[in-house]
Amino acid sequence: MADQGSLAQASVNGGSEHAAANGAEPPITERIRFDHLADRVGQATGQAVRLAQDVAGDVVGRVGRSLQRRLTADLDDRDPDYIRENLSLSWLVASLWYRAEVRNLGNIPERGRVLLVGNHTGGNLSPETIIFTLAFSTYFGVERRYHQLAHNLVLASPLGPFLRRFGTVAASHSNARKALEADAAVLVFPGGDWEVHRPSWQSSRIDFAGRKGFVRLALEEDAPIVPVVTIGGQETALWLDRGAWLASLLRLDKTMRLKVLPILVAPPWGLTIGDFLPRIPLPAKMTTEVLPAIDVRERFGPEPDADVVYEYVTGQMQATLDGLAAERRFPVIG
Amino acid sequence: MRLNESVVISAPKQAVWDYASNLDNFPHFMSGITRWEVDGERRSGLGARRRMLIRAGSAEVGGLIEIVEWDEPDDLAWSSVTGVDQRGRLRLRDAGAASTRIELRYQYGVAGAGLAGWISEHVAARTISGHLRRSLQQLKRLVEHEKLRVEAELATKSR
Repeated sequence: MADQGSLAQASVNGGSEHAAANGAEPPITERIRFDHLADRVGQATGQAVRLAQDVAGDVVGRVGRSLQRRLTADLDDRDPDYIRENLSLSWLVASLWYRAEVRNLGNIPERGRVLLVGNHTGGNLSPETIIFTLAFSTYFGVERRYHQLAHNLVLASPLGPFLRRFGTVAASHSNARKALEADAAVLVFPGGDWEVHRPSWQSSRIDFAGRKGFVRLALEEDAPIVPVVTIGGQETALWLDRGAWLASLLRLDKTMRLKVLPILVAPPWGLTIGDFLPRIPLPAKMTTEVLPAIDVRERFGPEPDADVVYEYVTGQMQATLDGLAAERRFPVIG
Repeated sequence: MRLNESVVISAPKQAVWDYASNLDNFPHFMSGITRWEVDGERRSGLGARRRMLIRAGSAEVGGLIEIVEWDEPDDLAWSSVTGVDQRGRLRLRDAGAASTRIELRYQYGVAGAGLAGWISEHVAARTISGHLRRSLQQLKRLVEHEKLRVEAELATKSR
């Protein structure tokens, strides 16, 4: 790089226009000036690129750290005082809008770890999560540790911080293990997005899509399984199709872990693709029934077959759901 | 939210106290109670604790309560230790010959719940008030029936 002295010298010895017009080799001072300018431009460009990289790196880093933080199970994010203060709001929603009823909470063991296995309903709003959290927290007290697992997108949404304080953690095997190791009651929905967006006419169908991770989890952590069966959520809108083909076409299954892109009719938007817009759920009556706890090893022996346990649990849940469906006289009204 | 119901029972104050202050009798006359379990060593008297839940709307609300006042045969009061903030009182007063006026006072709410808390307290008031009214009616029936049973038993023995 030329120093300030050589730059001054080049300026004194004439301009580059003169050399170019003559078509001759520019004098040595001209070349020095060119080299110097090129160096300066190169340096400035390099600095700009480094700055851009730093800024981009910082932004990406922040977003990454923020997402990482949102999706990592920090069990301490659960705030019992916050839950207690917000139970009134949950109670109003559950009692007045959904006329919710939760039966047989006494089937949940009084203390210790427990894996609550629920059927998922009602799309991304999933009213049973609010209703069950309310019921569990008022029955056992907010002091008893309770976590539920939710899809990454739900936790990354603006509702994420609110849900985290209610004990919601990102759905993953490791997060569920961490919560059970803390002797919490953990609510999982094995059917996940596949089940929660099933067509409304499949409301009374348990559909875990063959996901048996919950059985492995219960065995690894030696936690009793307590099935939790809900009906009514699929009547809070009209789900026409899961849109699995659409999610696959748009590669959402690869990029965002979204296996479905539901097509539904819901107020106030009418026909909607995806369930991302805030919508008004229909005030369908929600009924939840808690089944007796299943000690997997006690019932199926020391080395149980996951398929057999899966069939048993889903069979029990399906029978209960059939019973709840038979009680309903009209959609939405209940 | 503070609610208050009362009833006159045709029985002496001590008889009403004997029945109503036996905490094991609470599920027999308290309407809406879904859970009433002993917590700790003491079953009765000052400092006795119970886990209590009442059905209100979509939830069973309540928590751990402790007897904080035991003034036989006039006043019995409890207060919440955990769960929804609540305070209840059974207040017995003479109401003429061999009659007792019993008042059931109940205060509840959630500190810090804001507007939603205020609305939910008022929405729940109708249900809770109904529970209190039915509880006192049931207590009146039980005590008066018990009084008649004892009188009949004494009459039989005296013959």
